[in-house]
Amino acid sequence: MNSANNSFIYEARDLDYHYPGGIVALKQICFNIKEGELVALVGANGCGKSTLLKLLDGLLFPSSGELLAFGAKLSEKVLETGNLAAEFRRRVGLVFQDPDVQLFSPTVWDEVTFGPLQLGISRDEIVSRANESLELLNITELKERPPYLLSGGEKKKVSLACVLSMRPQVLLLDEPTTGLDPWSQGNLIDFLLQWAGKDKALVFSTQDLDVVEEVATRIIVMGAGHDIVADGRPDHFLSDSDFLLRHNLVHEHSHRHKELVHRHPHLHEHRHEH
Amino acid sequence: MREGDFLTRNIAGFTLALEHIVLTEDLSHAAGLLQGLDARVKVLTLPLFIVIVGLARDFPVLIAVFIMALALALLSKVPAAVFLKRLLIFIPIFTAVIAIPALFITPGDPLVTASGRTVITVQGARSAGLLVMRVVDSLSLGLLLIFTTPWNKLLAALRWFHLPSIVIDILGMTYRYIFLLLHTANSMFLSRQSRTVGRFTGAENRRWLGRAVATVMVKSQYLSEEVYLAMLSRGYQGEIYTLSSLALRRRDFIWIAFALAAAAFMIWSIYQ
Repeated sequence: MNSANNSFIYEARDLDYHYPGGIVALKQICFNIKEGELVALVGANGCGKSTLLKLLDGLLFPSSGELLAFGAKLSEKVLETGNLAAEFRRRVGLVFQDPDVQLFSPTVWDEVTFGPLQLGISRDEIVSRANESLELLNITELKERPPYLLSGGEKKKVSLACVLSMRPQVLLLDEPTTGLDPWSQGNLIDFLLQWAGKDKALVFSTQDLDVVEEVATRIIVMGAGHDIVADGRPDHFLSDSDFLLRHNLVHEHSHRHKELVHRHPHLHEHRHEH
Repeated sequence: MREGDFLTRNIAGFTLALEHIVLTEDLSHAAGLLQGLDARVKVLTLPLFIVIVGLARDFPVLIAVFIMALALALLSKVPAAVFLKRLLIFIPIFTAVIAIPALFITPGDPLVTASGRTVITVQGARSAGLLVMRVVDSLSLGLLLIFTTPWNKLLAALRWFHLPSIVIDILGMTYRYIFLLLHTANSMFLSRQSRTVGRFTGAENRRWLGRAVATVMVKSQYLSEEVYLAMLSRGYQGEIYTLSSLALRRRDFIWIAFALAAAAFMIWSIYQ
């Protein structure tokens, strides 16, 4: 797998994906993702965000259309070849939405070392990477614990640590802040912004527009038709309440402001002091 | 069957199973004698005594092994009550299957007679007693291994002994996901209990149980597919590699010497 001559990490051309039985999950998806981009994938439940992330991670393959990663076409055949597969897996890491799916090893340490071990990295390097990933997320004390004895937030952090230990260039996160308390969510956002860099790329799906605003440099909005309905700068779309309402990204509902209960599209605007 | 009994009993059963897993995990990390030994040493030496138990033809050796196992449990901070309770769960099953028939079918001198006919012979009682003691000893040694060895170290030891990788990987994942599926099943029962007013018949409960089992199976299938994708995503290509952290220390060699000496003495006393 060559390093791309241009700075495109992904090039998606007319991607369609159908689940068995013909159920449409993705329709006519087109985009390019460059190095340095922080991309938020948003859209209502069931619009295909998780499926798209699995395609970007080479776990599923398009029913039609073409997906290029680092300048090479992603296909089952390409990822069956040992060296190419290892190179792709080294460069791209996916954190699944459900951490229980991702944490299959007997202990956190086994989990964090799993990826680098499969890639044939030296033992010393693996130990160093694993320790560094645990320290980065402040979870070193969980090292010997089995995953089933972790809290939801701890599982999320371990899931991220076990992908970070592979030192990926591209981080794909499926709803990373779901189930995290506000403190852990803030920590994660801090971490992602520190992690991001010129040669890296982040693609994350989320329902939380506050996280989009705080992290993303680009937003891709998926519609109910499993297609892309908008792609651009987050501030351009996040301030358009009609657009957000139309695509179920915000909703009009009753809620309380002190003693007053009223109804309107619910957008949160933050004021920060710097 | 009363509805309350049905749900409460099942929820209590799931909770107990989960507690057992957590307790075993805690005990395996306690600062006890056997916990301080390398898993490979335990995998090698404890089954050695199981072999001796199989060779033993009289009670003294069998009793000595049981006393040794009990002493090791106590020195390894495994509470005697927990150890004996877990032992008692299994003994009746083996006793019913193996020992009870031996009691009645072994010919010999009468011990218990009824209506002038010998029902139990002295030799029959002795055979049954030996069988029960063998089961008690073997289970005790097996429990010691499980109680004092974290699951990951046990798997690493089996891997070191070249047990097929696929078997070890399946064992590891089964243990990990049983906990999750127990949680799922427990939540289903709790959810039903929270919405239950009045009573259901036995047939209704059995139907619901069948559906619950099917749901857990479907969930486990979905889980297995997703887990496979998660493994692929992190470079899995058919074989799992692990970072073995097993290392022999002085105490392991002292234990090996003790175990070999005890085993040799027992074998000598069996064949003298």
